[in-house]
Amino acid sequence: MLRFILRRLASGVVLIVVISTIAFGLLYVGGGDIARRILGQTATAETVAQKTEQLGLNRPLYEQFVDWVSHAVVGDFGTSWFTGQEVIQAISSRVAVTLSLVIGATLISAIVAVLLGVWAARRRGWPDRLVQVISVLGFAIPGFLIALGLVIVFAINLGWFKPTGFVQFATSPSGWLSSITLPVIALAIGGIAGVTQQIRGSVIDALRQDYVRTLRSRGLSANRVIYKHVLRNAGGPALAVLAVQFVGLLGGAVIVEQVFAIPGLGQVAVSATNQGDIPLVMGLVVVTAIIVVVVNLVIDILQGFLNPKVRLS
Amino acid sequence: MPLPDPQLTPALEERAARVSLFRKLVKNPVGLIALIFLGLLVLSAIFAPLLAPADPNTASLQEVLAPPGGEHPLGADSAGRDVLSRLLFATRFSLAGALLALAVAAVIGVVSGLIAGYFGKWFDSVSSWFAGLLMALPGIVVLLAARAVLGPSMWLSMAIFGVLLSPAFFRLVYASVSAVRNELYVDAARVAGLSDARIIARHILTVVRAPVIIQAAMITGIAIAIQAGLDFLGLGDTTVPSWGSMLNDAFAKIYTNPDLMIWPASAIALTCIALTLLANVMRDELERTAGPVKRRKNRNRDTEAPIVKAAHLSTVGMATISEEERRLALEQPTASEPREIVHPVVVHPDPEDGGRSSTGNPFGEELLSVRNLAVGYDQPDGSIKVVVNDVSLRVRRGEVHGLIGESGSGKTQTAWSVLRLLPDGGRVIDGSISFEGKDLAHATENEMTKLRGAKIAYIPQEPMSNLDASFTIGSQLVEPMRVVLGLGKAEATKRALGLLERVGIPNPQRTFDAYPHEVSGGMAQRVLIAGAISCDPDLLIADEPTTALDVTVQAEVLSLLRELQAELNMGVILVTHNFGVVADLCDRVSVMRAGRIVETGPVRSIFAAPQHEYTKALFAAILEEGEPRGELVAAQTEKEGLR
Repeated sequence: MLRFILRRLASGVVLIVVISTIAFGLLYVGGGDIARRILGQTATAETVAQKTEQLGLNRPLYEQFVDWVSHAVVGDFGTSWFTGQEVIQAISSRVAVTLSLVIGATLISAIVAVLLGVWAARRRGWPDRLVQVISVLGFAIPGFLIALGLVIVFAINLGWFKPTGFVQFATSPSGWLSSITLPVIALAIGGIAGVTQQIRGSVIDALRQDYVRTLRSRGLSANRVIYKHVLRNAGGPALAVLAVQFVGLLGGAVIVEQVFAIPGLGQVAVSATNQGDIPLVMGLVVVTAIIVVVVNLVIDILQGFLNPKVRLS
Repeated sequence: MPLPDPQLTPALEERAARVSLFRKLVKNPVGLIALIFLGLLVLSAIFAPLLAPADPNTASLQEVLAPPGGEHPLGADSAGRDVLSRLLFATRFSLAGALLALAVAAVIGVVSGLIAGYFGKWFDSVSSWFAGLLMALPGIVVLLAARAVLGPSMWLSMAIFGVLLSPAFFRLVYASVSAVRNELYVDAARVAGLSDARIIARHILTVVRAPVIIQAAMITGIAIAIQAGLDFLGLGDTTVPSWGSMLNDAFAKIYTNPDLMIWPASAIALTCIALTLLANVMRDELERTAGPVKRRKNRNRDTEAPIVKAAHLSTVGMATISEEERRLALEQPTASEPREIVHPVVVHPDPEDGGRSSTGNPFGEELLSVRNLAVGYDQPDGSIKVVVNDVSLRVRRGEVHGLIGESGSGKTQTAWSVLRLLPDGGRVIDGSISFEGKDLAHATENEMTKLRGAKIAYIPQEPMSNLDASFTIGSQLVEPMRVVLGLGKAEATKRALGLLERVGIPNPQRTFDAYPHEVSGGMAQRVLIAGAISCDPDLLIADEPTTALDVTVQAEVLSLLRELQAELNMGVILVTHNFGVVADLCDRVSVMRAGRIVETGPVRSIFAAPQHEYTKALFAAILEEGEPRGELVAAQTEKEGLR
């Protein structure tokens, strides 16, 4: 098991290195243009040259890269070109907000998907068709449209929640809960749709397995067999889908944060993109890659826990 | 069988497949509506300049937020631009952007998937790894990063997004191609001297075409969603009207004019839904077409050996039986079938010495009495397919009752209905199952749960698939004992180890800690036997307990079963297709065919004087096929029997 984790970890590190390298190459390749874009079209050639030098963009690309890497490995991603704030600070102050949204949405999708998926798989008939319809709609309709719909119905028309604004957990736990409820629901619906389909399919498959009949012939109730044995066997593929969903939710959070004016990574990402704040964008890409790698590692470990064959390979 | 002309058949199949998929789509109401909607959307995009009442980008201060009606059928937005015109042009750009992403993704994905799947080698591993890399990051983050450098061009963003989506096609094509590459007809084409390019075009593309079309519908939906998302964030090209930018504009006025959101939002939502539904309908139709073939394959695999045997048996039997019987045997008995053509069951009388089992014990009280049992499966069209009809049998304590017959004769269905563990859709439709005075045919699920394991136990046919691969063997033995007998963990563990030793497992502790995939088939069957007897049942139902085992192991397992039966004095229903096993273990046997019992009685008298044509045919089959074995009654020492 330990070797399995270490191997996964190593491949994750490789992934982060490759993504950083590619991102750096693409982002920094046009040095002079970057300075021009920061200063605007009216800037003179001298000021552009000055800015280029000031930002170190006139150095050879590999030199800039070595410089960036040597700082990045100790967690220093440089400073923002526009706010002067340290990149790592700008990101770390917001990463918790985004993660609480995405992890909340992931957990809710997992729980709701298990309940719905098992329900549809066992009852078939109309519950199955209902779940199918919900899944198709949830999958097809983009998350930000769902977010907009939720805002209009529950925040503006019904007034149950504040349409925008975010309350820190430390300030008021209940205010925090109320401020992230709609965004989490908006994100979760897409996740629920994807994972429910997977759970439904795996449970239907698993229910047809011979061992289910044998376990029941030993006097175990249908519920016990389903929630202990069938679900554990259906868990592997469902977790794989959940991992993909997590990456999707991370992307979806960028837009949903904008709808609800939540100060998360998405907001930084949008403003940094608009300004061409390359060090910040670079930091965001790397942090996202790290989050994805960590989540996949966690899922892999869970897979190993669920399926003894994975542990051995 | 002659090889089909490798050039001709796929071409024909291809045309047939293409026509039928489209026809099916049109016949399916959901598919038709989705197609019509998308068709109208494409038309309005193409003819936007003709249809639009105004220029989509002309702003007018007088017309700011004008209500619908008059010059602006759908009103005007916050800059006084005509909403209808913007919507029409937005459709144009949104669809074009999505199609660009689709084209890029499809070209990169399909080509690299074909190369990697067909030629393999280094390109295979490199491209697979690259596909994984592309899927690691959320697309929107990559698009944001790209925009920071490249500026707000919708076309560039969509081309990049196409690259990000290409793994979806790559994986699909790669998987299908590597599966098809070694198929016989591809080999045949290669031998026939066709070039690789031609083989790919003729044979491989045919296979991946349908899944690629389905994937394309999904991908287009995703591209529309992400592009709308980018524009909604205000990161798009402001000179190009798009659904996302209209939504962005409307979002700014969400308090005063929420109505403005309706049009772009419904355009995005409906388009995405239509594409997803279209993909779903296509997949369902394809699966439905492929469905029956798949099922047939599965059934063959499950019962491969018996089916070959059974086919032989039937032909032997057919020669001697009436036309009427042949018809009955060929057709599946259904509920609509008139019941009069039932032939009487040949019943052999009990021997004079009363009931003494093969182990010498006298039979005890009656455990199970099945009367006129019928089992049926509900069909989608509301009818019931009857698989077991008018079956009556009786098992006393200490008695082993064999159920013999060819595959599909209803033996296993009868066994499962006693346990009330029939597969989905199956149920007892007639008759009674009386067990120790309780009617199982009408017992509730709760009552059955209490009886299973404790009173009635079950040994399945295929050892490996009947153990849950995710749990250790020990935990699968301990769990039922804790539930059924209410034992503590330590006690149940001790008992499980004792049982494993009893069924002849050399190192009980090691097997207890092992996972099912770590033990052999013979061991697994012993584990299942241990599990079945773990709660001291009165009745044991063994469904071909030795069929899946090696011949030498079969003999050991059979003698283990005989010992345990005598030791625990259980009643046993032994399902088998093997007269050797019947001779070896059973006191009484019922011969089943096409869902009915045709002959029943003590083993000795049936072996000595089979009456029914079918029973005779079964015996004849053994004699004709096998080596000379002398007297049938002497077959008691024979372990291999039919196999």
